[in-house]
Amino acid sequence: MARATSRNARIGWTVAAWFVALLIFFPILYTIITSLKTEQEAIAGFDLIPSFTLESFQTVQSQNNYFRPFTNSVILAVGSTLLALIVAIPAAWAMAFSPTKRTKDILMWMLSTKMMPAVAVLVPIYLIFLWTGLMDTRIGLTILLMLINLPIVVWMLYTYFREIPGEILEAARMDGATLRDEILYVLTPMAIPGIASTLLLNIILAWNEAFWTIQLTTTNAAPLSAFIASFSSPQGLFWAKLSAASVMAIAPILVLGWFSQKQLVRGLTFGAVK
Amino acid sequence: MGQITLQGVAKRFGEVEVIPPLDLTIDDGEFVVFVGPSGCGKSTLLRLIAGLEDLSGGRILIDGKDATEASPAKRGLAMVFQSYALYPHMSVRKNIAFPMKMAGVPKAEQERRIEAAAKALNLTNYLDRRPGQLSGGQRQRVAIGRAIVREPAAFLFDEPLSNLDAALRVGMRLEISELHNRLKTTMIYVTHDQVEAMTMADKIVVLQAGRIEQVGSPLELYHTPRNVFVAGFIGSPRMNLFSGAAAAEYSAQTIGVRPEHLRISATEGKWKGRVGVSEHLGSDSFFYVEDTGLAETITVRSTGEVDLHHGDTVWLTPDEGKIHRFDKNGDRI
Amino acid sequence: MATRQTQGLARLMRAPAIILLFVWMIVPLCMTLYYSFLNYNLLNPGMTSWAGWFNYQYFYTDPAFFEAIWNTLVLVLGVLLITVAGGIGIAMLIDKPIWGQGVVRILVISPFFVMPPVAALIWKNMIMHPSYGVFADVARFFGASPVDWFAQYPLTSIILIVAWQWLPFATLILLTSLQSLDTEQMEAAEMDGAPAHARFLYLVLPHMARAITVVILIQTIFLLGVYAEILVTTNGGPGFASTNLTFLIYRAARLNFDIGGAAAGGIIAVVLANIIAIFLMRAVGKNLD
Repeated sequence: MARATSRNARIGWTVAAWFVALLIFFPILYTIITSLKTEQEAIAGFDLIPSFTLESFQTVQSQNNYFRPFTNSVILAVGSTLLALIVAIPAAWAMAFSPTKRTKDILMWMLSTKMMPAVAVLVPIYLIFLWTGLMDTRIGLTILLMLINLPIVVWMLYTYFREIPGEILEAARMDGATLRDEILYVLTPMAIPGIASTLLLNIILAWNEAFWTIQLTTTNAAPLSAFIASFSSPQGLFWAKLSAASVMAIAPILVLGWFSQKQLVRGLTFGAVK
Repeated sequence: MGQITLQGVAKRFGEVEVIPPLDLTIDDGEFVVFVGPSGCGKSTLLRLIAGLEDLSGGRILIDGKDATEASPAKRGLAMVFQSYALYPHMSVRKNIAFPMKMAGVPKAEQERRIEAAAKALNLTNYLDRRPGQLSGGQRQRVAIGRAIVREPAAFLFDEPLSNLDAALRVGMRLEISELHNRLKTTMIYVTHDQVEAMTMADKIVVLQAGRIEQVGSPLELYHTPRNVFVAGFIGSPRMNLFSGAAAAEYSAQTIGVRPEHLRISATEGKWKGRVGVSEHLGSDSFFYVEDTGLAETITVRSTGEVDLHHGDTVWLTPDEGKIHRFDKNGDRI
Repeated sequence: MATRQTQGLARLMRAPAIILLFVWMIVPLCMTLYYSFLNYNLLNPGMTSWAGWFNYQYFYTDPAFFEAIWNTLVLVLGVLLITVAGGIGIAMLIDKPIWGQGVVRILVISPFFVMPPVAALIWKNMIMHPSYGVFADVARFFGASPVDWFAQYPLTSIILIVAWQWLPFATLILLTSLQSLDTEQMEAAEMDGAPAHARFLYLVLPHMARAITVVILIQTIFLLGVYAEILVTTNGGPGFASTNLTFLIYRAARLNFDIGGAAAGGIIAVVLANIIAIFLMRAVGKNLD
């Protein structure tokens, strides 16, 4: 409400909100702190002040070759997202600007494919990957992640494209724009913000995917999610090193995520909440 | 040149016939207004002419050449949309330049036409702004500017003033009329507002349910409406329509008398009634007369100041020469 | 837009996405259905034979199956309860006029961006570890003896971790919904003499009803598939105490190499997910027009 709130009430709410926020953020914060400790400090009991050593980060890299899974994560997340966009942009464009009676049904059906539990197709996908030699390859996993997120990508783009008023495209047509001009000069510049948000959210989703990446990789194509999951058992007692690996795995996506808060709501609710 | 001929033009959406086959000729340089209640098919008709919708039947000739299958751009028409449809990511200059860029007009020529249009439309200081930074009236002018620079055979306007407030609307109405006087280009203008139609048009086309009810100059429509619908639609305030005994006296099913053709008197007259609401505007006075036994209320317009008020008993007398008579089909007798 | 040329082109542009998704949905599902009627073990592929309903019967008579179904329900409902109730509260708190709202928002939504294996590892080692975790430190500080969370309360621990991951999602969506509430409406209610709790009950809650429904349905879809959190922390144990349906099927397929059994479980999971999906589609479908 635009009304002036009393200063005391505001201080009260602020303290309460910050307390809750820090509580929720605490596990991440504590992981960051621990990653800057030595192994001895890490298990020496509760302490919020680390010695700010980067030794754990160096160890993770030198012993486990962190860069391989990191590169895999980047390739899988970006690759699958770009592939999905190539397929989804024309589809969403057609559905938004030349809708037919069945467009709504097609969209609902696309959504329904997202409801299929991954575990229901674990057996056939696993076998197909074994038979075709796609097991533990980047290409296989990239295609799989693309298919998993394709419905969300189509839906997000569709809701963004629908916000572009049809009259503008008609105006372009009246102005003598060919289909190519229309896409190049009118549609693309207006659609780019929507496409960028879709790209961002989908990279986040693909980066954090942790069912198929664990099932279908061993070492060669394993991204960070699979790498960290395998990290758990043998390295369990090296707290600082574990924290360092965790921080490196989540830091890039955490930053991307902060930039895409608004799009997150829209994308994950299929446009139902804006 | 900009003569447009519609021959048997029809439009169906699936099973629904929006526009039954109709014929219409629009002469070069004419300002034609399509007017009718919402849903009457006037916008659809405009979009058919623009080429934004496919015809279900008939032909469209532009300057004698068949343009039925031509793409919107090839028809040489420019359109101003209701929402203005400006490109939000382009500056005003780029918006206006867009159709010329598409047509491959040389850069220098583009600049010359932009400057001229901007000057004519008072947009010179806004050329480098984005549409989002402009007021409604300014956006409207940009949309018109974008149409002018194409030097089209005809302008199409789709309810261009409906998003503006009342004061601005009157101003823009004058500007568009002036534009027509200066350019002498054919203009087709769609509106649901009969005042816009009356004030701007050379020729009004009244539409209802996709059918043309009447075509004529504003005064033709005012003086000799062809049927009850046109009689009731054209003119403000609306024509008073009576049926029953009052109409039988004139051997008609329905008679109509415009508010300005009724004389109001406190002492004598033909029909007795009582003043309900009265509006005194100085130049005019309006009275809504009740309890006449003819209709719920009768609207009367008198010039100047008339000293009658709520509750007064009054007598009304029609100007016998200005009574419109209609038969049982609603057609003019 | 409705001209003939554009219609043909539109069909061409839609086709690749539709065909890809159709194949992706139908081929594996048919294979799963087929395998669910086979005796097929990867350790013994030569012995493959027709099994009829045996795999389904086996699942149905296995006590672990019912335990897994129960665990799945408890996990989903527990997380929903925490995230929806917590989400409403936190959303309303953030919506108040506070200093540093932007930063508070960022802090609160951060857990959502932590990938499941990392979230599980952080909680397992940093927070809930019986000797080195923060909970143990806190317990010792108050003189209590630390709890071995994953051994004593395996399912509760997993609910806690998953709820932490999804609380930001619920908060963010409910906050978005809350911010679209018309302030004039609230002021009108205040003028009408409605006290704060009445405004919450009669205006705020009904306004958020749709967003709450969406949160519940979407989370349910994802919560039915919780996997990495269990794999990293308890590995489904002790016994089957923290095994949900997803994890049970994973065990059958990947640890026992029982293709037929895992396929039958998969079909059961599809049926369950579909029941929920129908409700979700209705809620989302309404918003299309």
